[in-house]
Amino acid sequence: MSYAQTQTRSKSGYQAGVKDYRLTYYMPDYTPKDTDLLACFRVTPQPGVPPEEAGAAVAAESSTGTWTTVWTDLLTDMDRYKGRCYDIEAVPGEDNQYFVYIAYPLDLFEEGSVTNMLTSIVGNVFGFKALRALRLEDLRVPVAYLKTFQGPPHGIQLERDKLNKYGRPLLGCTIKPKLGLSAKNYGRAVYECLRGGLDFTKDDENINSQPFMRWRDRFLFVQEAIEKAQAETGEIKGHYLNVTAPTVEDMMKRAEFAKEIKTPIIMHDYLTGGFTANTTLARWCRDNGVLLHIHRAMHAVIDRQKNHGIHFRVLTKCLRMSGGDHLHSGTVVGKLEGEKGITMGFVDLMREDHVEQDRSRGIFFTQDWASLPGVMPVASGGIHVWHMPALVEIFGDDSCLQFGGGTLGHPWGNAPGATANRVALEACIQARNEGRNLFREGGDVIREACRWSPELAAACELWKEIKFEFEAMDTL
Amino acid sequence: MKTLPKEIRFETLSYLPPLSDTQLIKQVDYILQSGFFPCIEFSESADPKIHYWTMWKLPLFNATSSQEVLSEVRACKSEYPNNYIRVVGFDNVKQCQVLSFIVHKPTTSRF
Repeated sequence: MSYAQTQTRSKSGYQAGVKDYRLTYYMPDYTPKDTDLLACFRVTPQPGVPPEEAGAAVAAESSTGTWTTVWTDLLTDMDRYKGRCYDIEAVPGEDNQYFVYIAYPLDLFEEGSVTNMLTSIVGNVFGFKALRALRLEDLRVPVAYLKTFQGPPHGIQLERDKLNKYGRPLLGCTIKPKLGLSAKNYGRAVYECLRGGLDFTKDDENINSQPFMRWRDRFLFVQEAIEKAQAETGEIKGHYLNVTAPTVEDMMKRAEFAKEIKTPIIMHDYLTGGFTANTTLARWCRDNGVLLHIHRAMHAVIDRQKNHGIHFRVLTKCLRMSGGDHLHSGTVVGKLEGEKGITMGFVDLMREDHVEQDRSRGIFFTQDWASLPGVMPVASGGIHVWHMPALVEIFGDDSCLQFGGGTLGHPWGNAPGATANRVALEACIQARNEGRNLFREGGDVIREACRWSPELAAACELWKEIKFEFEAMDTL
Repeated sequence: MKTLPKEIRFETLSYLPPLSDTQLIKQVDYILQSGFFPCIEFSESADPKIHYWTMWKLPLFNATSSQEVLSEVRACKSEYPNNYIRVVGFDNVKQCQVLSFIVHKPTTSRF
């Protein structure tokens, strides 16, 4: 059975009925163009459906196809618009799973619209009956399409220049308890963290504008905390003020107010808030010089199942296109999921300008970012001072390390907790720059710093050298 | 339990004890080995909102040893003893400043 490259246009006129997808959409001889958007899906066909038909069905349903032939097909040049399944490979070690490669012509997508791109590529096709499960593993976004996106409002380097922070990861902390503090009490927790040596504190993603703390009151008390901590430490401070809101108008109102009180950074939840809102906000942030921190609530709903959904590396690319200066990435070492190679694969996709194909790290396509600014990865969740050496070694300087419980849970309170983290971080930076290996000597570096930092010593006593060694779900 | 005292800081490495000469040399070695250009800056104010400190001469494009940088730091300090002094690093591939650390504070001189 061979599937030669078929000409879609019919010379014999309109023939109603259902035609196998593979006759039109399976084109193994097709060579993708530089301007094509490429996708790799993990396809699990229903029993009895051959992989070529399943792959072609995905290409069809995510581009020009419908289940039956329609006469208006003959009014267009389908060869110009159809997605093409150009390669299929069996997934090693799996019975009935295939990596299916599809090329989409550039004209299928509206310029600068992540929303439109996703509506096409991960739209109806995910509920398609002929497939048992479907997962979008990776996308290659062509430079021609990328150039229609603004991307991150500022990028890593501009953020450093604005904040005057160089040569080390930034330090943050999410304020807890995440729900139920009054605005004034909340601001106090922020002040104590920042005066102790953190660069940022963060609104929990659940905090929008609830009865116990309305957004405007929170913004004002937090801004006072930022300014006081900044005056006392001589360092620039910030707090990710969450502007996620029920409507885009409310979101923009909160953002405008944040700018009015001169806060340096705001925050948005890009998946629950939606890509259209996020892109609007990112464009506003660049126009108004406000940094944008992005949270990823709901991502695990989409990316956790190995055989169905969208891998986070795709959601990462979507965010870099839509726009955001920070994005949560997982910690590799903390309480949440994440295999190291895979995680660092999408961390590269956030920060680097050019990422080479590397299947061992889950990178299916070489991606050229065409000078779109980089996104700072944020490692947050279940980490404390003993994790610091590994975090510095794994993430390097261009990252934001967030210690929530690891700051607020310090026996002496937030400010000493913050100092403990800052001292641990700087001790690690100094040691790394001196050529010491932090994986091997990290524990010694921390213990040496404990000798002159009572804050760090108290933290090290509370949290023993813990290792998290659960098996990660996100494997290849 | 202890209350954290209020204290002015100066960004990276300012939460550590002041660098000894040996430690400073190792940090400068890191700048040189990374292929960055070291530069010495001084300022009478350490206000973090002031982005520019005054350059001591030009960035040390031709420096090959950390000792050269150290002598320039000393020269800068003897001419401007009442100023803050920091060493920064430029990366001409990333086209930006990538490093900065304080080496002299007027109140607590170690040179």
